[in-house]
Order: sequence, then structure tokens, then C-alpha cells
Amino acid sequence: MSSLSEAAPAAGAHHPALRHHFDSLATQKESSLLGMWVFIAQEILFFGGMLTCYAVYRNVYYDAFAAGSHHLDVPLGTVNTAVLICSSLTMALGVHAAALGKRKATVLFLLLTILLGSVFLGIKVVEYADKFHHHLVPGPTYSVESLRDAKGQPLLEDSDIARHSEIFFALYFGLTGLHALHMIIGIPIIAFMAWSAWRGRFGPAYYTPVEITGLYWHFVDIVWIFLFPLLYLIPHHG
Amino acid sequence: MSTHTGGVPEPYGRPGAPPPPERPATVARERVNYLNVSYGVRSWLLTTDHKRIALLYLGAITVMFAIGGIFATLIRLELITPQGDMVQSETYNKLFTMHGVVMVFFFLIPSIPAVLGNFLIPIMVGARDLAFPRINLLSWYVYMVGAAFTMYAMITGGVDTGWTFYVPYSTHYSNTHVIATGLGIFITGFSSILTGLNFIVTIHKMRAPGLTWWRLPLFVWAHYATSLIMILGTPVIAVTVLMVALERGLHLGIFDPALGGDPVLFQHLFWFYSHPAVYIMILPAMGVVSELVQGMSRKKVFGYSFIAVSSLAIAMLGFLVWGHHMFVAGQSVYAGLVFSGISYLVAIPSAIKVFNWTATLYKGSVSLDTPMLYAVGFIGLFTIGGLTGLFLAALGLDVHVHDTYFVVAHFHYIMVGGAIMGYLGGLHYWWPKISGRLYPEMWGRVAAITIFMGFNLTFFPQFILGYLGMPRRYHYYPEEFQILHVMSSAGASILAVGYLLPLVYFTWSMRYGPRAGANPWDARGLEWEIDSPPPTENFRVQPVVTDRTYEYGSEEEARIV
Repeated sequence: MSSLSEAAPAAGAHHPALRHHFDSLATQKESSLLGMWVFIAQEILFFGGMLTCYAVYRNVYYDAFAAGSHHLDVPLGTVNTAVLICSSLTMALGVHAAALGKRKATVLFLLLTILLGSVFLGIKVVEYADKFHHHLVPGPTYSVESLRDAKGQPLLEDSDIARHSEIFFALYFGLTGLHALHMIIGIPIIAFMAWSAWRGRFGPAYYTPVEITGLYWHFVDIVWIFLFPLLYLIPHHG
Repeated sequence: MSTHTGGVPEPYGRPGAPPPPERPATVARERVNYLNVSYGVRSWLLTTDHKRIALLYLGAITVMFAIGGIFATLIRLELITPQGDMVQSETYNKLFTMHGVVMVFFFLIPSIPAVLGNFLIPIMVGARDLAFPRINLLSWYVYMVGAAFTMYAMITGGVDTGWTFYVPYSTHYSNTHVIATGLGIFITGFSSILTGLNFIVTIHKMRAPGLTWWRLPLFVWAHYATSLIMILGTPVIAVTVLMVALERGLHLGIFDPALGGDPVLFQHLFWFYSHPAVYIMILPAMGVVSELVQGMSRKKVFGYSFIAVSSLAIAMLGFLVWGHHMFVAGQSVYAGLVFSGISYLVAIPSAIKVFNWTATLYKGSVSLDTPMLYAVGFIGLFTIGGLTGLFLAALGLDVHVHDTYFVVAHFHYIMVGGAIMGYLGGLHYWWPKISGRLYPEMWGRVAAITIFMGFNLTFFPQFILGYLGMPRRYHYYPEEFQILHVMSSAGASILAVGYLLPLVYFTWSMRYGPRAGANPWDARGLEWEIDSPPPTENFRVQPVVTDRTYEYGSEEEARIV
């Protein structure tokens, strides 16, 4: 590290957040943003693998998917969608406040984002508990007795629809579980950002960590915007 | 690549200047470099220097290569006799599975990118480090954790599904450690994603002033294309392996035909990554060969932009050909036709590279030092591997040779004859830069020729075996195949000697090798304008690039005058 002083110094190059291998905060910020976008590209393909399974099986086993989807709680899902969109708004406001150097507003908006994210996860727990209660978690205890077909009739235990509905719930838990995992990872990161903001680490010259955390959070939000209609609204599309 | 270095006098590397004199050893010893800047285990395990991380990777993948090699040795020992008398069928299944898993996921995929790419890309773009040095270190630890999971699976009994983990065998019937191995692959995948992410951002954002895209070394272009595949392919295998593990643990039904799941869907998802993964292995090797060919023939690469763009073309086409692994898996004939056609298209950018390398040699001042031996070996073996790939892409012929030794021979020509030859060639070419020492040239040539001969003796008979109908993954076989199997095993033992030699003389050279100057090959490129070994932040002054890379012309003229 001692050779740092030998390197040609760039203009304005002595911000404490400037890492030794970058010439300027601007390049450092561009790199961090591009890094997060590349990471998001990777995330899209990660969800994409499971969404491919969804597309194939929904196409082949539409009735079973409709029956499974019918059991999901649309009001709770709608509330959760609203909650998550609001958390994206507070996140965006938090980034804006950080860019303006408003310390307390930054902390406030980030804490609000955490609160809304936690509400989302809380509602998700309620929904999961309901599926667990009705034996709709795939595995040895899976049972279709609480499912109804398009005419409102109970499913026969040995029917194709009953068998294939388990795939729907496997994908439901897989996709929403992966999404929830991303939120569970995101919340401590936002908390760390709030703490750093409180300590005065950010200002108009340097708020890159808040901004890339925001990018990540918006991505997680958008995943849900796709998952909600794909999982909850199958029988409602006409 | 001609540069000027900000007005600070530098004793070497100026365009038009005569080759630099060897600096006296005493001066070289005094210079602070990345190896002697600090000592101790902590200074290595907590380093964020891309060059030290490259060496951490070098150590780790060498161990994994040795482990995968031991499995290969046992396979070839078993196949000397037709009776299947050394190990039981179950053990043999585990041997070829673990050979494949270790070699593919823990050696070939990280080999060139994580060692040579890590070391060279920041230097070649004129940067002080990769864009995210701490993420770079993290990727090594992630790799080690993944390797630990896989090691655990091996020590406690192994896994027998084949490296392809086909369902429903892997989810329902195998009684081996599928989940632990799968987790190992899942985790290691993120190491490769983080490496790819780091490369993409570094190449986009950290190029030195004047270093435009069309001035980048071809090694960097190849790694850019590789990184795109790592970013866009690896997450799909990650989520697929995750679903296999969940299916195995919880019986979800996604891949279970009894519940309506489709095993062929697994194959689609698996090959969507695992075919492009072949290009993760071969593209960096092609990047290495582009550098070796120009450096060892001291001539500007012929058709620079075609080689650069063909890397991207291979990366793109590579995502569209996965179905050629599934011609006999019940895929529709029409899908097969399309996949077959696109697979043929991959031959075009591959051939562009081969022809351009050959044209580069034409009228160059070709040196047959070790790196060039590996480069010409690569070109020949890759051509055989590529042409037999066309056989396999043909719908009709594939039915005949599918799942035979013909396939085994084909992909070993690409992965061993291609990727490992490229890796070893690159390691020799840049070893003076990495270690600051010269390896013994004579031993280098002996090893290169041994490897080339051993390789061909091992794998060429397998083409014939496969064409005659010997299926892969069997440990006993009809007696008429024995002579070809014995030839193959004999070749494998020669190959093993060839691989041990560099291990010995590289280790020897680190202590006893003569000191290398900054530019022992008298080649062009930013990496040859800094000390060997380089200082921690690579450049003592910010380099400014003023010309295209590989400009030998001006200096050649100066010499004639």
C-alpha cells in the first residue's frame, strides 16, 4: 500500500471513501453501479431457471395450477404488493435524502423501508402458516382436501389435477421462498446502511452504498411484481 | 503495445528502443514487489491483491487437479483388463463421477480465469487492481467452502450419479451424497459468478487512459466473453442443483414423473448452463493462445478484430445449442434440427480463430519455446476436438455414437487437449512475470512434448473404441476392445508424468531459477512493461496507451536498420 503515494493523484482524490485502486469517486461509483447491475442480471437468470419450470408446467397442467392458485389469498397478496411498492418508494426517498446529505431523513426513510419489508415478511408468514395448516406444503404430508377445481368441487385424491397441484405448490414455495430469502438478506444490509448514515458516513459526494442497496431492493420488489400475478391470479385472467 | 509513462524515466519498454538489458540481480532483489512486500500466513489469507489471490487459486486448483487426476488414474487402471476386476461397479460409478465433478467444477472452470485472468486482467487494462478486490478474495473463500462440501461428500462415501446428475436417478435412486456434492457445486458457482462480475466491471470501467476497446489484448476480450457466460449461465445451474437437492430431500415433484414432473426438463436446465460451461473452459484458453501465438512469433495478431468478435460470437451461440446433448432424450425432431443447425454455426467463429492463429505464424519469427509448443499443440488438438464435435452435432451420426467413448474422446480433446494445454502454455508464458524467475526451458519442452504424446495416446484410441460401440461409464467390456483400452491407459501414465514435470520444475524455479527481466520474451503488452514480479499496485506510474496492442513493426524495422 505504500506505493499509493507514487501513483499519479487524480483531482479531488482524497475522500476517505475512495479506495486505493480507483482514481476518482466518480469512477468508483460507476463501477459499483455497474457491478450491481451485473449482479441483477445474474439474479434474473437465477429466478429464470425456476420460472422456466413454472412456464412449462403451467402450460401443461393449467387446471391443476388454477386449482392451486385459487387457494392463495388474493387480498393478502394484494396488500403485500402495495406494502412492497411503498417500501420501494421509501427506499428511493432514502437514496434521494442521502444524495442531498440529509442525514436524519436518510435514516428515517431507510428505517421505514425496513419496517415495510418486515410487514411483507410477516404477512408472508401468515400465508405460509395457512398452507402448512391445510397440508399444502409439498412432501409426504401433502393433501389436496382443501383444494377446489374450477367448478368449486373438491379434487379427487387420485386425479391428475390432485397430483399435479403439488408441482404448483412446490413452485409457489420455491419462488416466494427465494424471493423472501432475498428480502431477509436485504433487510440487514439496509439496517447497516441506516447505521452508517446515522454515523455520518454519507454525503452528496459519496452515497454509493445507499444507492446500490436501493437498486438491489427495487429488483427484489420487481420480482414480486411478476410473482404476484403469476402465482395468485391464474384463475382470474379471464 | 506502446505507451508513454507520464514523463517519469523508465529503463525499459519504450517503443523503438532496443530490447532492455537484463538488469543486475542485485537491483532486482531490492525492488519491492507483490511477493516480498509482506510475509506471513495472514498477509496471504487476508490479501486483496489480485496477484496474490491468483496464487491462492493456483494452489487450490492444483490440489483439486491432483485429486481429479487420482480418480482418472484409478479409472484407467481398472480399464486395463476387460473383466472389471479391480473395483466393483458401484465404486467405478463413483470414480468417474468424482473425476468429472472435480475436474469440471473445481479445476477447469476456475483454472485460467481465476489464476491467469485474475493475475493479468488488471495489469493488461492498466489498473491497480480488479474493481472489487474484497469480492475477489471472497470468491476464493466461496470456492474453498464449495470444495470443502464436495470433499466431505467424497470422504464420506462419494457420489455416483455422473457429473450430469440426471434425474430421476439423482433424486430418487442414488444412495450416495448427492445433496452435499450439489451444495458444493451450488456454492462454487457463486465464486465463478463473482469472478465474472469483477472482470466485466474492471474491463468496462478501469481501462487506462487511451486503452480503447479495440486496443485491448485478445486475452481480455476472451475473458470478457467468458465472464458473460459466467454471469448468465451459472445462476441457472445453481437453481437447478438447488431444485434437485430439494426434490431429493422433500419429493416436490418438479422432476418426478410419478407426480407429473418432467426429467427432460432437468436436462434442458442442466445443459443450458453446462454446454456454455464448455465455452467457459475453452474461451480463456483461446485468449491465452492468441497471446502466445503473437508473443512467440513476434508478430501482430492476424485479424485482431475477427478474433475479438469471434469470442463474443462463441459466447452468444453457446447459449443456443444445449439441445444437442439431448438428441436421443425424447426431444422433438424439429427442436433437434434447430439445435443441430446452430451447433454447426459455432464452428464458424472457432475456425476463424484457428485460421487467424495460423496466419499469424506465417512469416513470423517463430520461436519453438515451451509456450509455443503448447500453442501449436492446442491448435492441433482443438481442431480435432472441434471437428469431431461436428460429427456429434449431426442428428443421424449422434444416434450411433451417443454415450460412447467417441463422446468421451471428443470432449477430452476440447477440455484437456484444449483448455489444459492453454492453461499450461499460459502458465509457462507468464511464469517469469508471476514468479520473477525463469523455468528451465529444456524441461519445459520435454514436458510439453510428453503431454502432447501422452494425450494423443490416451484419447485417440477412444474415438475408435466409441465408433466401434464401446459405451461410456462401464468398467468391464468385450475382450476385443482390450488392446485399445491398454493403449489408452498407457497414454494416461505418460500424460501423468507430463503433468508432474511442470509441478517439479516450477517449484524448483521459484528458488533456483535465474531471475527474469521485465520482458524475457521481448513481447508486447502492458504486463511486459512492469517489473517481474510486479509491485503491489502493478504500475509505479499511471500508464497511458498510445497505440494498438501487438505493434512489433516499428521495432523490427529499427533492428534491420
